[in-house]
Amino acid sequence: MKRLSLFCGHFGSGKTNVAIHFAERMAAQGLPVTIADLDIVNPYFRTKDSEDALAAKGIEVVTLPFANTNVDLPALPKFVYTLFTDRSRQAVLDIGGDDRGALVLGRFVPFIKEEGSFELYYVVNFYRYLTRTPDEALQVLREIEAACGLPFTAVINNSNLGRETTVQTVLDTEKKAADLCVLTGLPLAGTAIREDLAEQVRKSGLCGTVIPLTLQKGV
Amino acid sequence: MGEKFLMKGNEAIAEAAIQAGCRFYFGYPITPQTELAAYMAKRMPKVGGTFLQAESEVAAINMVYGVAGTGKRVMTSSSSPGVSLKQEGISYIAGADLPAVIVNVQRGGPGLGGIQPSQSDYFQATKGGGHGDYHLIVLTPASVQEMAELTVLAFDLADKYRMPAMLLADGTIGQMMEPVSIEGITPHPVEKPWAVTGTEGRRPHNIINSLYLDPEELERMNIERFARYRKVEENETRAEEYCMEDADVAIVAFGIAARVAKNAVAALRAEGVKAGLIRPITVWPFPKKVIANAAKHVKAFLSVELSMGQMIEDIRLAAGGVRTELCFRAGGMIPSPEQIIKAVKALEEV
Repeated sequence: MKRLSLFCGHFGSGKTNVAIHFAERMAAQGLPVTIADLDIVNPYFRTKDSEDALAAKGIEVVTLPFANTNVDLPALPKFVYTLFTDRSRQAVLDIGGDDRGALVLGRFVPFIKEEGSFELYYVVNFYRYLTRTPDEALQVLREIEAACGLPFTAVINNSNLGRETTVQTVLDTEKKAADLCVLTGLPLAGTAIREDLAEQVRKSGLCGTVIPLTLQKGV
Repeated sequence: MGEKFLMKGNEAIAEAAIQAGCRFYFGYPITPQTELAAYMAKRMPKVGGTFLQAESEVAAINMVYGVAGTGKRVMTSSSSPGVSLKQEGISYIAGADLPAVIVNVQRGGPGLGGIQPSQSDYFQATKGGGHGDYHLIVLTPASVQEMAELTVLAFDLADKYRMPAMLLADGTIGQMMEPVSIEGITPHPVEKPWAVTGTEGRRPHNIINSLYLDPEELERMNIERFARYRKVEENETRAEEYCMEDADVAIVAFGIAARVAKNAVAALRAEGVKAGLIRPITVWPFPKKVIANAAKHVKAFLSVELSMGQMIEDIRLAAGGVRTELCFRAGGMIPSPEQIIKAVKALEEV
């Protein structure tokens, strides 16, 4: 397993939920894990929403003191460099949406490349209006790569319609995800689905790994 | 209805505006509406439209004024402090009888306030805001789907009555994501013979202006404008009624407050309490007749607002003396269903 797991994607594609799942899975395996909120784009729906639940599982959360306050400050947490200097821990990095959000990675790229142990996951929801097709999703993917200076290493299909998601909702995007993987040459790391539907999706014969998500606190 | 997509409220406004034929957007970033501008920045170039981040809100609204004069569909958006800055321009647009759409995704105030949702710009939206005798058509979406539908309606009504229309949303509806069907919404564009498009020698040139040197003519223009406002009141007042047929207590709430109130009504009905909900969809024109009709059979009205109590004044004007109380949270806080349930029960017991 790579030490650094980075999650980027289109704005609102579900990066935070997926990143938290990965951190929880690593913690469940007994690994020391830190999750970092590096979202400088959106002051709402932050990793901090789940801080207490994550802490209870022994996951260290690096976040801003201003998250979820009235201060809308595009700043980074002060302990952010420990993610790269302390190589004894797994680090999960939740990055802001689109190329704008991915810009934040630029200053860390030399550290990431020097260590050479990272996965950069592209989280995609084909029900988001600006990533409806593999071609549109590819365009956003390339914009993010150009902004952050790192190549993606895998795709995570997180296609959903919020509370209206059904098993079919997810299955209908299987081909799009496969096409995106062909277009990019990237492997599909998995298909994410709300945990109560995960078993049904597994039984449906969907290709690849099913990632059962616990939805974080929202509106 | 077309295929569904998962959108933020702010994105739904932006995409609906594009579907409605809006090809000009001028704005300036401010939380919690910035996604709207960001979406326009990505989308407008792809549909041959113009996105421009202006140097200020004041500049943006005056760009809107300019494009509106050419008869093209045009929009700006901001959040509370930014909408305050736009007021002079809005007054000019109203004074020049031009259609345009202004979006306010409200946040807590006054002053810099905070970035959490609010409804405390109700007075500003419905009672003027800028100087002079004028109104805006003010639409209040309560879901992401309505963000889209009421955006298209705002463009249609603005064109139909030659006046600016405002979408009065809040930070919650702007930020939340819901499935939305956006492509089945049909806009209704109209001919605009008054538009400044160059005469090409075919007719005398049109003039767009809000300056009248003759005070009698200015008075005449104001009277004519208010005759049009009366037509808007007659034809375009919109409200949703929920469980109102036999209600003893009528909750009145719009936007996010109405969603919470609807849950409270359902819970109260399950307990046998006869509560109902009136949800104004237009707050100007305010649904006075709906309130007046309810006043014939309810014991009390409860205005649920994310403010210190603003809409309650309009309810009281229409309620003909029926008891009207306030249930509120302010500064970016949202009332809970429990708070509303408690307030309704207190009114029931009197």
